[in-house]
Amino acid sequence: MTATTLDRPVRTQEKPSMLKTFLSRNGSMMPTFAAILILILLFAGAEAFLRGDFITPRNISALLLDNAYLLVLAVGMTFVILTGGIDLSVGSVMAFTGILGARMLAEGAPVAVTVPTMLLGGAAIGLLIGILVQYFGVQPFIASLAGLFLGRGLAYIVSLSSIKVEEPAILWLQSTRMSFGGWYITPTGIIALSAVAIAAFVLHLTRFGRTIYAVGGNEQSARLMGLKVGRVKIAAYTISGFCAGLAGLILTAYSGAGYPRNGIGTELDAIAAVVIGGTLLIGGRGYVLGSMVGVFVYGTIKTIISFMGAEQSWMQIIVGALLLLFIVVQRAIVARSDGRR
Amino acid sequence: MNAIMKSRLVWPASALILLILVNTIARPQFIKITVRDGELYGALIDILRNSAPLMLVALGMTIVIATRGIDLSVGAIMAVSGAVALTIIDGSGDPGNLATVLIAVVVALLVSLVLGAWNGLLVSVFGIQPIIATLVLMLAGRGVALLITGGFITTVNSEPFSFIATGYLVALPFAFLISIAAIVAISVIERRTALGVLTEAVGINPEASRLAGVRSRGIIWSAYAVSGVLAGLAGVVYASNIRAADANAAGLFIELYAILAVVLGGTSLNGGKFSLAGTVIGVLIIQTLESTILFLGVPSAQSPVFFAIVVVVVVVAQSSRLRSDLTKLFRRTGAAPAPAQDREKAEVAS
Amino acid sequence: MRFGADVVLDEVDLTLRAGEVHSLMGENGAGKSTLIKAITGVIPMDAGQLRVEGRQVRFSTPAEAQRAGISTVYQEIDLLPNLSIAENIGLGRERRRAGMLDRRSMTQRAREVLADLGLDIDPGSILGSQPVSVQQLVAIARAISADVKILVLDEPTSSLDLDEVGELFRVIRELKSRGVAILFVSHFLDQVYEICDRITVLRDGIHVGEYRTDQLLRIELVQKMLGQEGATLRERDPAPVARPPADPVLSARGISVGRRVESADVELGSGEVLGIAGLRGSGRTVLARALTGVTRIDAGVIRIEQTEESLDSPRRAMSLGVVYASEDRRRDGIVAEMSVLDNITLGLQAERGSFRRIPPERRRELAASWVDALGIRPPDLDRPVGTLSGGNQQKVLLARLLALAPKILVLDEPTRGIDVGSKVEVQHLVRSMADNGVSVVFISAELEEVLNVGDRVAVVRDGRIVETVDARSTTIDGLLALVARPDEGDGGQVSHG
Repeated sequence: MTATTLDRPVRTQEKPSMLKTFLSRNGSMMPTFAAILILILLFAGAEAFLRGDFITPRNISALLLDNAYLLVLAVGMTFVILTGGIDLSVGSVMAFTGILGARMLAEGAPVAVTVPTMLLGGAAIGLLIGILVQYFGVQPFIASLAGLFLGRGLAYIVSLSSIKVEEPAILWLQSTRMSFGGWYITPTGIIALSAVAIAAFVLHLTRFGRTIYAVGGNEQSARLMGLKVGRVKIAAYTISGFCAGLAGLILTAYSGAGYPRNGIGTELDAIAAVVIGGTLLIGGRGYVLGSMVGVFVYGTIKTIISFMGAEQSWMQIIVGALLLLFIVVQRAIVARSDGRR
Repeated sequence: MNAIMKSRLVWPASALILLILVNTIARPQFIKITVRDGELYGALIDILRNSAPLMLVALGMTIVIATRGIDLSVGAIMAVSGAVALTIIDGSGDPGNLATVLIAVVVALLVSLVLGAWNGLLVSVFGIQPIIATLVLMLAGRGVALLITGGFITTVNSEPFSFIATGYLVALPFAFLISIAAIVAISVIERRTALGVLTEAVGINPEASRLAGVRSRGIIWSAYAVSGVLAGLAGVVYASNIRAADANAAGLFIELYAILAVVLGGTSLNGGKFSLAGTVIGVLIIQTLESTILFLGVPSAQSPVFFAIVVVVVVVAQSSRLRSDLTKLFRRTGAAPAPAQDREKAEVAS
Repeated sequence: MRFGADVVLDEVDLTLRAGEVHSLMGENGAGKSTLIKAITGVIPMDAGQLRVEGRQVRFSTPAEAQRAGISTVYQEIDLLPNLSIAENIGLGRERRRAGMLDRRSMTQRAREVLADLGLDIDPGSILGSQPVSVQQLVAIARAISADVKILVLDEPTSSLDLDEVGELFRVIRELKSRGVAILFVSHFLDQVYEICDRITVLRDGIHVGEYRTDQLLRIELVQKMLGQEGATLRERDPAPVARPPADPVLSARGISVGRRVESADVELGSGEVLGIAGLRGSGRTVLARALTGVTRIDAGVIRIEQTEESLDSPRRAMSLGVVYASEDRRRDGIVAEMSVLDNITLGLQAERGSFRRIPPERRRELAASWVDALGIRPPDLDRPVGTLSGGNQQKVLLARLLALAPKILVLDEPTRGIDVGSKVEVQHLVRSMADNGVSVVFISAELEEVLNVGDRVAVVRDGRIVETVDARSTTIDGLLALVARPDEGDGGQVSHG
């Protein structure tokens, strides 16, 4: 799915079965392939039912644009889930950094100060969660719950109501449209895609990235191998917090305002997207590109529902059902690999 | 046994008393309870009344946590339950009819029971991690609630239904009486039967329990079912209070507050020994804190910051890291070593 | 290399020589794993010293031990099933280019290391997709891919079949020829005699001695491991074979559990104590678990009082009067944080169901009577069991089972790790239960104890019941010979020195 396949040239050597070799190397990509399949089915289904005006460059461009913030959150969440943890704080951290940025800009702070503050603010909450998890042995669920409360409360402390953003540099992120034919992309979309690319690079081609996988595979073994487990775990939460800060920036640009009620329940959407994209919640298996597919599945379902004029409630039900499906599939995979050991 | 129980409750209980004292000093009318038309009023009474939904949810959460589980879906179940009840009342010709309201409440609770049993099925039969298993319903449940209400906030004007949250019976708020009834019922079920002990055994050591012949599957399943029903009841109380079914706002974040109440009450998230009394105190601490924050002129929306601090302080205080660091500190300063701990280490190592 | 780690290990010496395979032998709790952990820096030593190539060293982490050239392959494969074989070999010590992993050289290096060991394994495949034997070999490949002087193999063969063991031994010989010192821990005597040059025996954390393999008879080794050194030595003392009871309470025929127990037959008479003797890993525990519904059987028939039963859960077995006390008290015996009272009555309560509570007074009375009868100290019903001594924990566990008034009692090493006084009490208790008509299966690694407590003794070796002898007319030596007897065609390797 990712760089793993790229850097392995096709073997010239003849092997008994190509398929067998492929499976033994990439068996854990199966859930991600399933997600891609679902995405294709969704597109095909929507195209068929909506009289052929669903798959248009415009719609697909909008898919990235409308879900850029979720994509960035899912990237951060992938790091945490790969270590076997979970981060419930991202939705409210996104709201906090968003409203913080809007407030700072409204108070006249320069963009060059505001944007780093937003990103570092998110990272700081992530770091706090990481320290609770690693140093104090608090369950990730509870530690990030504290982060959730903190982010939400801080968001309301910054402002109880929405603050409009007038700063052109921020609005530029969203309003600039680079078009190629019917396709277009905005700087926010580029940021989101860059986040995915950087994450894929880090996870697959650096020691840090492989240590993330190692921790999720078996923390004890990773430690025995001499890998720096503690540092990496804290870093994973910090990255997730940083991504939440970045998502706050994107959402502020997207909506032209900071709003302290943003992102309620978004952490669940991000988790769902990551899981649908094929990352196992027990950690160690999954791909950040899979998470991107998961976000697109999520976004496509949302688009289809609004196209059909159906109620938004179906969104949650369908995502919940998909989540269940994937959990059961993952459960079966885990059971199978356990049986093999 | 008693001594241990007492000592486990010392911290939460003193925290609650301290909170009440601080409030009383800051505003003496805090502990004043007035009688109007034979009904009690006052800040404390409000706390008792308003805590009902959280109390119900936290009781169920305690049992689930005792089995080494967690139930994230309680908020969503509240939303579904409220939606079911109000849709039935709204759809009937006579919303003011007591029988209609009773039927609505019973159906809502049955639906909640089914949802809780669904969670239990995923956890105990399919062996899915509790966080993930209940996440499914947490996500989908609100969608179901929205579907039931048709995406609107269903409001009704039903005297008997409003009574659930705002009415008074024998001088006390009816919602508080529901809390009391639930506390008593759960205590009786857990402590007057052997369910509590067996639940603890399963939570502490599942394998030893299986070898001792305990039916752990049924026990875990029933814990989620009970949690579901209590969440459903909480949903009814909540809907009655606002006289509406708000599928988006009902029970939002309540799973988090409930978990916090359980932890505050001294029940470990690792399962095993649980204290219903501790949970009750935990709920009251949260509700009193909420009221204190409000009194301080802090908008209630900002209160999560305080709870974040509470969560951090409690988990850090409970962490073994802190304890061992402190122990080391004491040792360095020449305090008595802990021989029992050493022996335990040796035994593990052999 | 010498050191003595307190409590668990006392003044244990161990010397490993380059180009030699050294075996560490001992029963459960002898301190083998603790010694290995101390050598490899997993746990700190309290006293003593460690020298590698004459240089004194001290490790506080596994990484430090690795840097000093000590690599370990653990019993449970301590690798990452979700990563590729190349990563499992190379991670943690890989070369990097500007912070990036050099995947190509990592794969190349892995291929070299694997080829070096004569292994044809695709380094790109995910470890978890490979069979256990391959994972085991990858673990060794990882261990030797660094500059290894000492390789510690902790029960590497426990889940391998014969061919796979052969492959492993080929690799071990290869390493040996390169001058690597190897510490090999296994409970399979045949393997130890096949591959090892020297043997160090530990017992109860005490160093018994170091011997050359070709100068130590198998029977002598077992003697030293089990602490039967006082007995005179006769290599094969024929033990009288016992006749099975005419009217068995429990009759198990052809019981198989995977390859850990193979077609075992057990007959247990009414009021009889059947001792089971066997070394660790012989299948004694799996057999006990299979007879009590804890582990499901793959083949065979179990009859209880002549009726064929399917024991699919401990609960089902309990309802038929068959109860089991685990060898690992802490893991699946007692519920440590619960009180003595709750632990004693747990089984009885579970049998009655959640809602038919035993009345509190009756419960206390019952528990108190057991505490009294078994002499549980301190006689405090409300104390958490975890705070009691090992012997008293064992008695609490026994009390739980006896409270169920069982017909068949299966006790897996009930006297392990408990003080001498409690041990004698437990032995007496078992005898008196039998006198009252309860049938008992009594598993122990201590031959003297098995002979004293049992009426008949079944000897388990390599997953099979090799012989069932009459306890009264069998000597310790006779039993020892059965427990240790090498397989046919293998005896040539044992020569008296």
